[in-house]
Parts: sequence; C-alpha cells; structure tokens
Amino acid sequence: MSKTYEYVPEPALVKGDHDFSSITSLVTDINMRPTPKGWYVAFTIANILLLILLVSIGYLIWEGTGIWGLNTPANWGWAIINFVWWVGIGHAGTLISAILFLFRQNWRTAINRFAEAMTIFAVMCAGIFPAIHVGRIWVIYWVFPLPNQMAMWPNFESPLLWDVFAVSTYFTVSLLFWYVGLVPDLATIRDKIKSKFGKIAYGIGALGWRGSNRHWWNYEKSYMILAGLATPLVLSVHTIVSFDFAVSIIPGWHTTIFPPYFVAGAVFSGFAMVLTLMIICRKIYGLEEIMTDDHIEKMNIIVLVTGSMVGFAYIMEFFIAWYGQVEYEKAIFIIRATGPYAWAYWIMIVCNVVSPQFFWSKKLRRNVTFTFIISIVVNIGMWFERFVITVTSLSTDFMPSSWGYYSPTMWDVLTYVGTFGLFFSSFLLFLRFLPMVAVAELKGAMPQADPHNYDEKGEYNPPKVEIPEPRKDNLDR
Amino acid sequence: MSTVNKNSVYGILAEVRNPKELIDIARLVNKNGYKKYDTFSPFPIHGIDKAMNLQKSKLGWIVFSHGLIGFTGAIAMIYFMMVYDYPLNISGKPFMNIPAWIPVIFELTILLSAFGAVFGMFFLNGLPKLNHPLFTSENFKKATDDGFFICIEADDPQFDREKVEKLLKDAGATNIETVHED
Repeated sequence: MSKTYEYVPEPALVKGDHDFSSITSLVTDINMRPTPKGWYVAFTIANILLLILLVSIGYLIWEGTGIWGLNTPANWGWAIINFVWWVGIGHAGTLISAILFLFRQNWRTAINRFAEAMTIFAVMCAGIFPAIHVGRIWVIYWVFPLPNQMAMWPNFESPLLWDVFAVSTYFTVSLLFWYVGLVPDLATIRDKIKSKFGKIAYGIGALGWRGSNRHWWNYEKSYMILAGLATPLVLSVHTIVSFDFAVSIIPGWHTTIFPPYFVAGAVFSGFAMVLTLMIICRKIYGLEEIMTDDHIEKMNIIVLVTGSMVGFAYIMEFFIAWYGQVEYEKAIFIIRATGPYAWAYWIMIVCNVVSPQFFWSKKLRRNVTFTFIISIVVNIGMWFERFVITVTSLSTDFMPSSWGYYSPTMWDVLTYVGTFGLFFSSFLLFLRFLPMVAVAELKGAMPQADPHNYDEKGEYNPPKVEIPEPRKDNLDR
Repeated sequence: MSTVNKNSVYGILAEVRNPKELIDIARLVNKNGYKKYDTFSPFPIHGIDKAMNLQKSKLGWIVFSHGLIGFTGAIAMIYFMMVYDYPLNISGKPFMNIPAWIPVIFELTILLSAFGAVFGMFFLNGLPKLNHPLFTSENFKKATDDGFFICIEADDPQFDREKVEKLLKDAGATNIETVHED
C-alpha cells in the first residue's frame, strides 16, 4: 500500500504584518479609546438583567425557597442545575490557561486572558446558587469552619462541604492566576495611557512592574507552578461537584463514571462558551488577526473530542445500568429516555452528542457562523444534561406514590436569567478596562521574540519552514 | 540601596534593538564582571538567564513550604474538629475517617501553595514598589511595549561612568542615558 506524506507546518499565531509595538496598540488601544456607544447599550441591558437577579434574590431571602418550584422529592431544581452549568463553563478558562500552558500550546496566548476572565465571572454566577438556596442565608457562615453559637463544626465528610472548599479555592486560585498574568499588561497600559487618573489606577494594578529580567525569571517560575497547581485543581473541582450527586444513593447518580464524565462535560461547555464570546468580541474589536480562524478550528477539535467523550459516557451509563442489574437503576434510565422528561433527554442527546459531530468536517470547523451556532447549541445541551440528571432521578424516586412532575416557577427562570446580567456586566467591564489579550505572553510567543531568529548582525531573519522530504523506503510500504 | 541626595546617579541605561542583542549585551556585561545590572524587556526572553548567569529561583521552596503548611494545617484542623473537639458519629463510621477528608486536605494544600507562588513571587521581586529611579526616564516607557534595555547600576563596585558608557556604546547600544535617583 502506498502512502504519501504531507508536512503541514504550524500556522502562524498572529496573522498580518505585526511587530511588538503594533500588537500592543492593537490590544491596549481598545482600553484607551473613548468608550464606544454600543458598549453603553450592552451595559445597560446587562445591568437590567443584573437588577432582575438582585430582585429575585431579595424576594427569595424575604419569602424563602418556597417561591421556587421545589417540592419533595424534587428538592433540588434549577439552583443546582445552574450552579453546575456555570461552574462547568468556568473550567475552559483554567484548561486554556493551565493545561495548554503545560503542554506548550502557544496558541493559547490569544485567548487565555479572555477565557480566564470568563472563568472568574462564571464561578461568581455559580457561587450565588448554593449560597442562596440554603434558605437561611444569614447563617451561611456555618458552612465555614468558624466558631459559632452551637459550638459545632461543619461536617468534613459531606460532599456539600467539599464543594464549599473546592469552589472557593478554585475561585481564589483562578483570580490570582489571572492577576499574575495581568500585571505586565497593566504596566504596559500604565506606560501608554495619557490621562492622569488612568496612570494612577493602572499604576496601582501594575504594582511597579518594570519588565526586569530578574523579575521575569521568578515570574515565569511562578506562572509555571501556578499552572501545575491549577491543573489538578480544575480536575478536582468538577470531580467534587459530581460527588454531590455520586456519593448519594439515588439511582442514576450513584455511579463511578460521574467524575470523568462531569469534567469532560465541563470542558465541552466551557469551550463552547469561549467560542461564543470570542466570535462576537473579535468581530467587534477587530482582533481577527490575533484570534484567527486557526484558533477557532483548534477549539472546535477540543469541542469535538470532549463532546464525543460525553456521548460515550451517556452510552456507558445505559450499559452499566443494564449490566449492573439493579432494578431501580435500570428503571431510571428507561424513564429518562421514554418517561415524562423524554423531551429534555432528547434535546440533550441532539445538542451534546449529535451537534459536535459536524466538526469532523474541516470546512465546518473553520466556518465561523456555523461554529457560533453550534457553540450556543452545545451550551443549551449541557444545561439540559444537568436538568436530566437532577430532575429525572429526583422526581421519580424509589416510591412511585411520591412521583410527580417538577416544573420551575417564574422565580427560578428570573434568577437564572439574572445571572446572565451579572456575567455580562462583569464581562463588559473587563472588556472596557482590562487588556483582553495577554499582550506580554502573545509577544513572547511571536517568532520575533526568539533570539535564534536573528542573524549575527542582529537583523531579524524569520525562520524558514523546512519541509522534510518523505523517506523513499517508507513510500511504498 | 543607600539613601542619597537628589542628584546622585542610579545607573546608566541603554537601549538595544531586539532580544538577540539584549542577550549578547547581557553576556558581555556579565563577562566584564559587573554584578549589579539588569535587563528589561516586554516579555521574558528565552536563554537570558544563562547570559545573565541568574541563579535558580528560590520560589519552588517557598511554594513547597506553603503547600506543606496547607497540608498539615488541614489535617490538624479536621482532626481537631471531627475527632477531638466535637466527634460526630456519622453512620457508625470511625471518627478518623481519613478517606473522606482527602478533598478538603487537597484543596487547602493547593490554596496555600498558590498563595506561596503568587505572593512569594512578588516578595522575591521586591514588588509592589511605589516608584523606581528608572521611571524617570521617558525612553524607558518602551520597556513594556517594544523596547529592550540594559541598566548598569552605580552600586556596582566596578562602576565607572565613562567606562560603562564606552562598554555599552561599543556593544552597539543606543540612547545611552544616566538615570538619577528620584
């Protein structure tokens, strides 16, 4: 059988004829230009949604969790669905900033700042739900190991407490990681901005950074260690979130596949969300030369891989339910696919299993409009995944006499819609005031940054792509 | 750094064109026996640690010690709360139920290590810093954009203004200027 080989060189990270200075301007000028009118429009809409969130939370605290559609045995509803959904979205940011860093994937530099910001805001939205669903929010400090009037401590053997530690650690570490990356870029803006107030504000944020190579030396070490810490952290967070379900004995939840399956699903939905935001922002802010179609293609490959892992997990769940021969387990999976919530189940299957399979086609992977649509479809699908897991198992539990149909109320919906207000208000502030691309890291990944790409006289000598000839003896095998 | 009057010299600052030249000039300055000098670039440069003969960063030890505090601290805290201070019988399981403690111990180890990595890095770098003599140079603003700089400090025992200027000039550096204490 004969084989022909084709060497495909890695595409350039930055398109167009850019040097360091033009990259700096391209990104940081966005922060220094007057605020565009469209931004105010978007910010107003986001603020209205944020107001809806505040009103729904206020009413919830006033009236109690009875305003939601919860009822025995479905004591978990939209709150946990939204919590898991938002946390999952956050995971892509850490994956891009930490795991792809450890794998030396330099293309991450175009999107990591952006994705990390998304992580932080998504985790903020997620954190609201477990906090407000407790009913008596004024004693929320009981979840922390603080001395209290009952002289009791939280139960360290409960997955819900593990969740408190996991999510708060995750938020803190993501925030620190993000800030460490921001410091050199804030220094860049400090040195470029004209306004006195801006100089002071960015100067405080930059902590006196001056680009010293003695500093970079510690900085790079710190960045690498943080990436090494964030990698197991991000895997542990969604593992522990899945323990909220898997450690219980509810049919459909009590399975060992949950941790890997949840992590894959989290990365899947997170990348879809990064794509949604990125496709809009690169268009509006004219960053197509930094966030190129090659980036979209690479991210679509990750969506395809993780989407297929999720699809595989769905199949394995069914297989194990049958293979395990537990009546309740078998029943719950049949109910999922054919019972009262079959509509949600099939939405989930179509959105999560079928839709990413289009990305086997290179043409569709590189199609921006198509990617945008799929990225939204995926996030709808991932919301329904959590809905199916939570609601089907709870509403049809061990005793048929207590079975019922769970529906959300207006307040469930408004709280969820409101979190988008929090997310987009924060994200718009980020776009307006902070550099949305990690400028220093991007410059460091450009071919001009490599001292080997200069000749003896110090002139830039771009690397030539050498295409190795395929070895003759391999050709006719 | 000693406290000095207004016009004392902080060092000589010079600019080069690109990362390669910065590495070359750093190597040259290092070979000439200067100890108190620094190079500045908008991004970390591959291989400059060798040219400047930088010692291995101590950050790893800081992170390790913080991680150890997080690990032992978490075990001690949970032991105190779950076994010593208020033991709770949960489904008849032993009070020392270590497998169930692992998630919290793990998270606290990571949290403290991350604190060590971030704050340790800023500590080693002497940041945050309100001001620095180099910020008086208008040209130095490029160091966070596309400028590559080297500065030989006056504190260096070999420092001699004319010699330093000649060395930098012969190495092809431009925009040589004297930076004064602010």
